[in-house]
Amino acid sequence: MTAHAGSVRACLAVVLEVGVVCVLVSFSAASDPVAAAAGTQDPGDGGSHAGGEEHHHGGGYRVVQWEWSYVQTPYIIAIWLLVASVAKILFHLSQRFTTVVPESCMLILLGLVLGGIVLVANKKQLYQLEPALFFLFLLPTIVGDAGYFMPARLFFDNLGAILTYAVVGTLWNAFCTGFSLYAARMLNVIDAKVQADLMDFLLFGALISAVDPVAVLAVFEEVHVNDTLFIIVFGESLVNDAVTVVLYKVYISFVEVGPENVQTADYFKGVASFLIVSIGGTLVGLVFAVILGFITRFTKNVRIIEPLFVFLLVYLAYLTAELFSLSAILSMTFCGIGANKYVEANISQKSRTTVKYTMKTLASIAETIIFIFLGISAVDKTKWAWDTGLVSCTLVFILVFRAIGVIGQTWVLNRFRLVPLDKIDQVVMSYGGLRGAVAFALVVLLDAEHVKAKDYFVATTIIVVFFTVMFQGLTIKPLVNWLKVPRSTSRKPTINEEIHERAFDHILTAVEDIAGLQGYHHWRDKWEQFDKNYLSKLLLRKSVYRKSELWEAYQKINIRDAISVIDQGGNVLTSARLSLPSMASRASFPEFTNVTNYLRENGSGVCLDLQVIDNVPGAKVEEDTETHHFLAGNLYKPRRRYQSHYSRHFMPLGEKERQDREVFQRNMKYRMESSKSTRHKRHKKERSLKKRRGSDPKEDSTERPRRNVSWHDKEPVMVPVDSEDDKHSEAEKEDDEGITFVAQKVETPKPQPKTDSAAPQASSSPLASPPSRPLSLDTPLPWKGGVGSPPPCVSLEATKIIPVDLQRAWNQSISSLESISSPPGPPPAAEVVHPRVGVLARLGTPRPASYTPSTSTSVFFSTSSSQLVHGSFLFPEKPPKEEEEEEEEEEESSHELQPLMSTLKPPSSAAASASAAASASAAASAAVDPPVVPPLAPAPASALGQGSKKNPRVFLRSLVSAPSPGSSEPRSSRGPTQL
Amino acid sequence: MGSSKSTLQHIPNAQELIQETGFSPAHIQRLYERFDLLDRDQMGRLRVPDFEAIQELAENPIGDRIIGAFFASGKDTVDFPSFVRVLAHFQPTDANRSRDSAPEPYTSPNRKLRFAFQLYDQDRDGKISRAELLQVLQEMLGLQVSDEQLQSIAERAIQEADLDQDDAISFEEFKQSLEKVDIDQKMRIGFLS
Repeated sequence: MTAHAGSVRACLAVVLEVGVVCVLVSFSAASDPVAAAAGTQDPGDGGSHAGGEEHHHGGGYRVVQWEWSYVQTPYIIAIWLLVASVAKILFHLSQRFTTVVPESCMLILLGLVLGGIVLVANKKQLYQLEPALFFLFLLPTIVGDAGYFMPARLFFDNLGAILTYAVVGTLWNAFCTGFSLYAARMLNVIDAKVQADLMDFLLFGALISAVDPVAVLAVFEEVHVNDTLFIIVFGESLVNDAVTVVLYKVYISFVEVGPENVQTADYFKGVASFLIVSIGGTLVGLVFAVILGFITRFTKNVRIIEPLFVFLLVYLAYLTAELFSLSAILSMTFCGIGANKYVEANISQKSRTTVKYTMKTLASIAETIIFIFLGISAVDKTKWAWDTGLVSCTLVFILVFRAIGVIGQTWVLNRFRLVPLDKIDQVVMSYGGLRGAVAFALVVLLDAEHVKAKDYFVATTIIVVFFTVMFQGLTIKPLVNWLKVPRSTSRKPTINEEIHERAFDHILTAVEDIAGLQGYHHWRDKWEQFDKNYLSKLLLRKSVYRKSELWEAYQKINIRDAISVIDQGGNVLTSARLSLPSMASRASFPEFTNVTNYLRENGSGVCLDLQVIDNVPGAKVEEDTETHHFLAGNLYKPRRRYQSHYSRHFMPLGEKERQDREVFQRNMKYRMESSKSTRHKRHKKERSLKKRRGSDPKEDSTERPRRNVSWHDKEPVMVPVDSEDDKHSEAEKEDDEGITFVAQKVETPKPQPKTDSAAPQASSSPLASPPSRPLSLDTPLPWKGGVGSPPPCVSLEATKIIPVDLQRAWNQSISSLESISSPPGPPPAAEVVHPRVGVLARLGTPRPASYTPSTSTSVFFSTSSSQLVHGSFLFPEKPPKEEEEEEEEEEESSHELQPLMSTLKPPSSAAASASAAASASAAASAAVDPPVVPPLAPAPASALGQGSKKNPRVFLRSLVSAPSPGSSEPRSSRGPTQL
Repeated sequence: MGSSKSTLQHIPNAQELIQETGFSPAHIQRLYERFDLLDRDQMGRLRVPDFEAIQELAENPIGDRIIGAFFASGKDTVDFPSFVRVLAHFQPTDANRSRDSAPEPYTSPNRKLRFAFQLYDQDRDGKISRAELLQVLQEMLGLQVSDEQLQSIAERAIQEADLDQDDAISFEEFKQSLEKVDIDQKMRIGFLS
């Protein structure tokens, strides 16, 4: 056995040189004995085979070969990650448990257990948190994430405090702890066996005094103290890296040359070194930030690698700083902070999501590994160089000096701070001074030859880290509760807040100028001017540069609304308050810091009251759902490839439902893009309108049957719709007649050409459709359940899904989706498949119209333009003969639709002529859209009420009524509801 | 302190101002110096051009409005007390003062909000109409944003804040929409520096 393990270890030695994975690799060595002990473990087999592999190769051809040594390293890493991740799942099984116990505590405990197992099996601890692994890989992922997503405004607002605490505070802690420990040693409180002199204690003080970003993040993220408090503690933990690095290096060199050889000049060198390390690190970071911003300016055509640039350059900033032994954490932090604004503006929405998720995933897993390994590292006999005096003194000193330091600095800072930090803040800051893996990695790095007491220091550091992370981490939450520390509201600002706070900034700047004060606002304004005039010009795409932040904010809010509305499948929209989360935020709508939660929670939580209605499903509804899913699944296929690319983020959440939503969202985006382009060129469209009409009916013919089919029983809905109409027509003072009239105007031209070109189809399909498409007939979508299986209350609810008074907001939300730039072309099938989506998207057009005088002409135009859009998107469906007419359309909208068109083309040719395909898609649309429909359905209904002011509704109605001329009577009467 | 007392004597109503606004004598003195500097013709009052002469203010997108806020309606000059009173809005809210003084102190969140509100409400009808909001947005965002975008932002903002459906934002609604914002902290300037 021992020889065996020896061979394994020999082979390990080679791998160890890789350095990176050394820790993980040693797992194989460990697993071997573990297996020997347990006798059953798989990795154990691996270990033994690794030893005996040569024999296997010596023999003849083997069908199955055991290549453990080949896959060993990545395999073990993967297993570790898996274990860590599964552990996280387990911790989060109990929601109540995790609210009390921080995850970091649990991870450390898990690490202790794992370490214990290894130790028992192996008699010797084989792993510890390797400094190289930690500093080169684990730490940067966390810092990168932290830096990139650092709220820049908040950070710079509190920069003074952060710098003070980080520099003065850390120095204070380091010196005081060092000297006090030395004094304790002199007084023999610390046992004489700890062979350390002043320099050693100062060195130890330096590494133990720095607040640790990983620990702070892990604990504070769960505590949710208010933003200012968090940013100060966390900012300090990041920025103090420079201090720690310098102190550590200076002391190391002092210790190495021996204290007696240190000259006075060396102290000044130390100070100079601090300046160089900190400022140099910051500069390196900013340089990389500029490079990153600049590069992302030009990634328009290679969107897929956009996120990679972010990761690479941020990481390079870290490595470069490390290369010149500057403060790598500072470098990375400032690279992230600096680049974030420009990068986020430059890259596409998808890339943004990718960056966000990837960073969070990496950071989370790195954090997990760090804590587990901290736990494992502790279970090591060689580290049990225990000296009670040293441990207790250290614990007491770091707590006491931290508190004193915080209070003293705060007292000074409060004289200058606009918003003073009160006593409670100071308590939390003192108590939140957590030490962590950085200290541990640094102490492990110590050279035992020069620092005789290394083992004691390591043991003490472990205890300190455990104490701060576990005890303080565990108790800080109750403490925060008890002290009633203001919590972070964790909600997104409303548009009003965005506007007014911007105004406040201007006001304050102006007042400072008037009062002749060169205060904070003055300089911030100066910086913003500079940023606007030079930096943004350099680092932002031209197209982006034009956009203002407020507009971006506005769009974000709208997108958020839209997504949440969609996410809730329209269910939520039962009451006006709930319909738009951002607006409802006043009513304390919960916001979620991460999107996953956001999506997950929204799915079920918010819409309790409607759930009741939703859960009135008859057997039929279920059947319908089945059918729907079947159809959705099958009809979705053409777009598979595209979808899989997307699915990484969204699929895991909700299978088909999510898929459907994806489809919908994407469609909406594209529709919106198109509608935007058409809107901008409204006058042009006018011109081509007549031609368009010729082709319009065609689409209608393809669409109409679908709609009618799927909505065969909308009678029940009709009544509520009307009532809604009445209510709102009163409120809005809108004239219903005007709408219908206008709509008619639009329609009238349609029927004729339609009968020309597609007469047979149009006439036959509507009539034949009910019988011929049983599927779609029977699939009132699950969401539509209310409509399909007609409990009156449900239908009423359906009309309310989007309260009329919120229509505008909804429309805006939708329209803002157009801003989501989605480079890859939309799957043509989707376009075809989702007439309702299209309709929905067209709602976006209202905006411009709503501001134009509500004359019939304006209505007419917008209507026509949106129809144009519709047409241009549907063109694949059209028979080739109409292609020429389409061409014009295409050209007009081509710039904005570029990507869309390009991908559209090829499939279009394939699908174009097939009317069968169209009908299939019709059926599909009936089934696939469901998530879309609910929000949509109410829109037109109430839209009618809103009248001519809201053109889109007019248009909707026109759409609705359009079928009537070509098709049978009942349909026209149902018209309104089908939307 | 001694020197400030002596200079304070030049300042009209210095003691009352200190009492009323909560500024310290040092503040008052400092502000007086500033006032004096701005008052180029030494008339003891500021006119609009005096404000416009401040260079940085010219770059401020809503500078004109803020200048306007210094002038009581109907007046075209500002004397020192009014000047100080306006600036007093930007001191931190003093919890002690708000209790004892009968008139609401300038630093109360309410007054601060009122100050901001009147910047929007140019016609002083107690409501921010859509047009007024649009105008402010236009000034703040300048050419970066198209009219359409501005309109949709304004639309959204009004819709969001407008509780009584009158298509305008009253002061109450304005206050409501900023309920979650710590006005005291946002509308604060360090007068010490």
